[in-house]
Amino acid sequence: MKILVPVKRVVDYNVKVRVKADGSGVDIANVKMSMNPFDEIAVEEAVRLKEAGVATEVVAVSCGIGACQETLRAAMAIGADRGVLVETDVELQPLAVAKLLKAVCDKEQPNLVICGKQAIDDDANQTGQMLSALMGWPQATFASKVALADGKAAVTREIDGGLETLSVSLPAVVTTDLRLNEPRYATLPNIMKAKKKPLDTVKPADLGVDVAPRLTTLKVSEPPKRSAGERVADVAQLVDKLKNVAKVI
Amino acid sequence: MAILVIAEHDNQSIKAATLNTVTAAGKLGGDVHMLVAGAGCSAAAEAAAKVAGVAKVLVCDAPHYETQTAENVAELVKGLAQGYSHVLAPATSAGKNMLPRVAALLDVAQISDIVAVEAPDTFVRPIYAGNALATVKSADAIKLITVRTTAFDAAGDGNAAPVEAVAAGADLGTTALVGREITKSARPELGAAKIIVSGGRGLGSGDNYHQLLEPLADKLGAALGASRAAVDAGYVPNDYQVGQTGKIVAPQLYIAIGISGAIQHLAGMKDSKVIVAINKDPEAPIFQVADYGLVGDLFQVVPELTGAV
Repeated sequence: MKILVPVKRVVDYNVKVRVKADGSGVDIANVKMSMNPFDEIAVEEAVRLKEAGVATEVVAVSCGIGACQETLRAAMAIGADRGVLVETDVELQPLAVAKLLKAVCDKEQPNLVICGKQAIDDDANQTGQMLSALMGWPQATFASKVALADGKAAVTREIDGGLETLSVSLPAVVTTDLRLNEPRYATLPNIMKAKKKPLDTVKPADLGVDVAPRLTTLKVSEPPKRSAGERVADVAQLVDKLKNVAKVI
Repeated sequence: MAILVIAEHDNQSIKAATLNTVTAAGKLGGDVHMLVAGAGCSAAAEAAAKVAGVAKVLVCDAPHYETQTAENVAELVKGLAQGYSHVLAPATSAGKNMLPRVAALLDVAQISDIVAVEAPDTFVRPIYAGNALATVKSADAIKLITVRTTAFDAAGDGNAAPVEAVAAGADLGTTALVGREITKSARPELGAAKIIVSGGRGLGSGDNYHQLLEPLADKLGAALGASRAAVDAGYVPNDYQVGQTGKIVAPQLYIAIGISGAIQHLAGMKDSKVIVAINKDPEAPIFQVADYGLVGDLFQVVPELTGAV
C-alpha cells in the first residue's frame, strides 16, 4: 500500500506574525518557517503505518516555492521514502493545491492520502476535502484514530460534542486532528539519511493544472486589540465586579 | 439571486449554529433559502420554517441522508447550487467537513470562516489564528462560504416559511457511519453557552479539573472548556478544547482558570464580552486580555468563588 502525504511550508507556530504597515499582508521575511503541525502528524501516521507493515511506501508532496524542499526533507527525516515538489512562485490557494495533488495522485496511484486538517497560516481547512471530491473518493476528516483492514479504513473523527467512527472504502483521503499521534523528533542520523532520499521536481504546467488564484486579498489588517483590564484583590471584589459592573452573573 | 443556507440538524431540530449563518446570509442581499437534508427530518424542516429571515425551506428526505455524510450531502448541494449566488454553511465540524467538497465539485474557491460581509463578493476572515484579518474578494459566480458563528447574532423565530420537497441526489455509498459517542452533559454546548468556565495546565490533573471546575460551572449554568495544554495532558477530551485548533467561542463571560494564555488559546476566546483570569503567575499573558485578573492559588480561589456566586 502506498500512502501520499501532502506537506505545507508555513510560518512556525511559535512565531507571532506582524501585519505589514501597508496592509498588503503579513511580514514573513526572516521569520522561522516549519512544516505545518497538522501535516507533521500526517507524516507520522503514514510512517507508523509503514513501520507496522501496513504500508509499503510513503511519498511526501509539497506545492510552492523552491524552499519547500526543506519541508520535504523534514518529512523524509521523519520517515517518508521520497519527495515530490510541485514548484511554483504563484500564491497557491486550496483549490489549486487540490488540483495539483489530484494530478500527482493520478500519477502515483496511492491507496491513501493523509493530509493535515488545516494549515496554520491561511486556516482554510479545505484542501483534503477538495482533493477527495476531485478524486471521487470518500473522506474522513479530523481523524483521531485510523485503522486499516480489508480495503477499508475505520476512522474515528473529532466532531462537535464528541466522536464518530466512519468506515470508508479505499482509496480515500484522511485529514488529521491533534490527538491522532505525537510526531517524533527527527534524529540526526535520520536527517542525514533524508538528504540522500530521492526528490523529484515538477511544474504545475507539466501537470496541466491552472493554479491562478480565485480570491483576491484586498487588505490584511490587525484585529481589534483587547486591552488589559484591572486586577482584583480577592474573590469578593471579583464577584462584586461581575455582578454590579459587568452585570454578567 | 437567492442564497442557500445548509442547515445543521439532527433530523429533529435545527442546531443553533444555523441561526447565526442565516443572519450572515441576510447581509448578502437576496432571498434566503434553507436546505434540510436528512432522513425522517420533517420536524427539523418545520423548525427551519420558523426561523426569521428564511423565505423558503427545501427539504430532502431520503434514507441515505440519515447520517449526513459529506459525500452524499455535497453531491446533493452541488446539484442545487446552480440556482444560487451564495451557498453558506456554519463553520462547525460538519460544515467544514462538507462544504469544501461542494466547492471542488463546482470548481469554485471557498471562503472559510467569515467574520464580516463587506459586499456580496467581499468578506473578512481571520488568518494566522486570528492574529490578522484578511479582506478577500471572490471572482467566482457562486460563492461558497463557511460562517464563524460567534461573529453573527442568531436569527430569531416566529416565521412560517413555505416548505418544498426536493429530489434526492445519488447515494455514493462509499462511507458508512459505524457509531457516534456524543459526550452526554446537562451543561450547555460550548459554542452556544453564555458563560464558559475553562481550565488549563495549572489544574495539574483531570481529577482536579472535574472536582474544582464542575461545581463552579454548575452554579453558573456554564459550559466547560479547556486549553490545548489541558487536552494534550489528557485532563479532558478534545471537544472541550477552546483555541485555534479547537472551538472558537465568544460568551458573555469567560473564566480562564490556570490558563497561561498561549496565542493559540487566545485566538479561540478573545472575542468574549468579559474575560476573567485566575492564575498564580502575575506575568501570565492571559492577564493582558482579561477584564478582571485575580492573581492567586486556584485551589483556594476557585472553591471560594463557587461559594460566593
